[in-house]
Amino acid sequence: MTETTLNYSGFYTEGPRKGILGWLLTTDHKRIGILYLGCIVVMFLIAMVLGLAIRLELIAPGKTIMGPQAYNATFTVHGIIMIFLFIIPSIVAAFGNFLLPIHIGARDVSFPKLNLLSWYCYVAGGLLAIASIFTGGGAPDTGWTFYVPFSTQTTTNVNLAVLGAFILGFSSILTGINFVTTIHRLRAKGMTWGRLPMFVWTLYATAWIQILATPMLGITLVLVFLERIFGAGLFDAARGGDPILYQHLFWIYSHPAVYIMILPGMGVVSEIIPTFARKPLFGYWAMAISSLAIAFAGSLVWAHHMYASGMSDLAVLVFSFLTFIVAIPSAIKVFNWISTLYKGSIELAPPMLFALAFIFQFAIGGLGGLALGAAASDVHLHDTSFVVGHFHYTMFGGAGFAFFAALHFWLPKFTGRMYRHKPAVIAWGLMFVGFNVLYMSMQAVGIQGMPRRYYDYLPEFQALNLVATVGSWILAAGILLMFYNLWQGIRRGRPVGNNPWGGATLEWQIPSPPPLENFGAEDPVVTKGPYDYKGVVADEY
Amino acid sequence: MSIEHRDDTGARFGMWLFLYTEVILFSGLFVLFAMTQARFPEHFAAASAGLNTTIGTLNTFVLLTSSLTLSLSVTALQLNKIRQSLLFCSGTVLLAVIFLVNKYFEWSTEISHGIYPGSDHLAESAPGTAAFFNLYFFTTGLHGLHIFIGIVLILTVTGMIIRGKVSAECPVLLVNSTLYWHLVDLIWIFVFPLFYLIPRGFHG
Repeated sequence: MTETTLNYSGFYTEGPRKGILGWLLTTDHKRIGILYLGCIVVMFLIAMVLGLAIRLELIAPGKTIMGPQAYNATFTVHGIIMIFLFIIPSIVAAFGNFLLPIHIGARDVSFPKLNLLSWYCYVAGGLLAIASIFTGGGAPDTGWTFYVPFSTQTTTNVNLAVLGAFILGFSSILTGINFVTTIHRLRAKGMTWGRLPMFVWTLYATAWIQILATPMLGITLVLVFLERIFGAGLFDAARGGDPILYQHLFWIYSHPAVYIMILPGMGVVSEIIPTFARKPLFGYWAMAISSLAIAFAGSLVWAHHMYASGMSDLAVLVFSFLTFIVAIPSAIKVFNWISTLYKGSIELAPPMLFALAFIFQFAIGGLGGLALGAAASDVHLHDTSFVVGHFHYTMFGGAGFAFFAALHFWLPKFTGRMYRHKPAVIAWGLMFVGFNVLYMSMQAVGIQGMPRRYYDYLPEFQALNLVATVGSWILAAGILLMFYNLWQGIRRGRPVGNNPWGGATLEWQIPSPPPLENFGAEDPVVTKGPYDYKGVVADEY
Repeated sequence: MSIEHRDDTGARFGMWLFLYTEVILFSGLFVLFAMTQARFPEHFAAASAGLNTTIGTLNTFVLLTSSLTLSLSVTALQLNKIRQSLLFCSGTVLLAVIFLVNKYFEWSTEISHGIYPGSDHLAESAPGTAAFFNLYFFTTGLHGLHIFIGIVLILTVTGMIIRGKVSAECPVLLVNSTLYWHLVDLIWIFVFPLFYLIPRGFHG
């Protein structure tokens, strides 16, 4: 195992066009997945630096490194990039594009050209969002939620940011349509619904949310744009409009959107846990149906963001009840992952460590969600940094860590090379510790009453804020080490065979990296389930 | 099965999914309309009476007829009657243009009376009146944009029929354009009564 050059490079060298055009005009789902992956990681790093700047400002009361306006702009842009450019497309567009067709035994998605178009929409939307920082009246300062009336009145460059988010919505919709059609139409012979890998089931549920909820964001953002251009006053209380109506329209998309972010992460974890426990996934159908149940119930709970905005008591009661219902399918998932581990032959490889961290952090985030979903405790916690901590526990500790788990699990498949495990485990340890120090302190100081979105705070909150900021440094160090190690692995890691982890899904039966059109001359015929490990042995590397 | 394999059912399936997204896009405006109408029924009744029902009704007929001609075009293509199919496509485009021309005259009359989003006249009028006309312009504007996209789409497909790329063996692009066109039509069937007819019934 001293050989470091690969004489096989799969789809990276096969294709109708060579060079840069071979990437920019490609309709190969694997190349599009890699294009997405590159952009998404860059966006994550940019927004991470902004997040570190926010934490640094909050290390002590008063002005530390930036004033109130710069602070508002920083948390707004951090939110816009992390939400619309990192976490919504992350697992779906990068790993989904690469793996979905392979998982179901197809050679590409149903609409390869639309797939490329969705990537161009992503790039265009991303460029507009970034341009909004440097042009017009300065970076947007509304928060990523673009709440009226402030968003229709501020002189900062909200127009461009809103337009960018609108185009990113297109990208998301196109991916959703493509995936639902692909899963319905292109499953290989023998790939019944009961044999779909759980990752595919979660992508399916996610794609439906993308299709059904994203247009609502589209029209809402168009209305903000039109309000800013024409001043129609539809959301302006002084002119007979209703600002609460904006919040309803916005959250009708944006609450289901958090399930766009977390569901694919649950899918990733559902692939990793059985592989490293050498046991079939516990409760396959419960897992599949709970994915759809989360998508469905999650679409009915949007107004729990608005208990403090002004709603009838009956509406608060109903939305609170529905919010609690979402906890049931979420808890089914956690229960089934734990049951899969029970009496398994567990191997603590890097992807598994990230998956376990996901379960731990998602459980904390989910329980915090119940504290916020109950109207009585929400009144106390609303708009405190507890909300920020809770959101990061689910979205970063959940979806973000699932993204990192997916990187460690599938990069060897994408590149044909294995990263070094020891630095990966150290990076994981740093991230796990840093993450929990950072966001647990944030939740604690939130319960004490520290409001969010202020650049300044009362002196009694300083100790926990200091701890949180130190946590952010540990976390960032871990992330940088992780990306450095992965990059080294891509460049000169040891070559791996088809199946370094001993997975039973289809991608592990084809070469790493996969060839153009994924499968050879013969279409695959599926004869067993995705978690049937009988006779499956991991390749040495 | 290779990458070039054709899946007409899949293409139509995808189109239906896309049409869902269009319905929800417009539903945001309909929700706004419903909420504002419930708050200012009298203002809405008065403002609605100011719309030109004659042009509105005429346009409804024009658009319904254009849906018919496009459907006939699909049937003609499937029977391999290319000339007839092209004729019906052209007829559809003509009707769509007539719709937009009517809309242009309707809008320009209103604008000449100082009624348009952001105008001083609307800023001074009652809140319900301003909201009605703003929603009117936004909704019919978005719908008009869809008509325009439809025209471009149908013209493109017409060109492809001429070049034989869309044919009796491979009609799915024309079928999908027709689905889209029916949806644009269907949305108008909601827009027309909502703005032109229903609010008048709410006089105090």
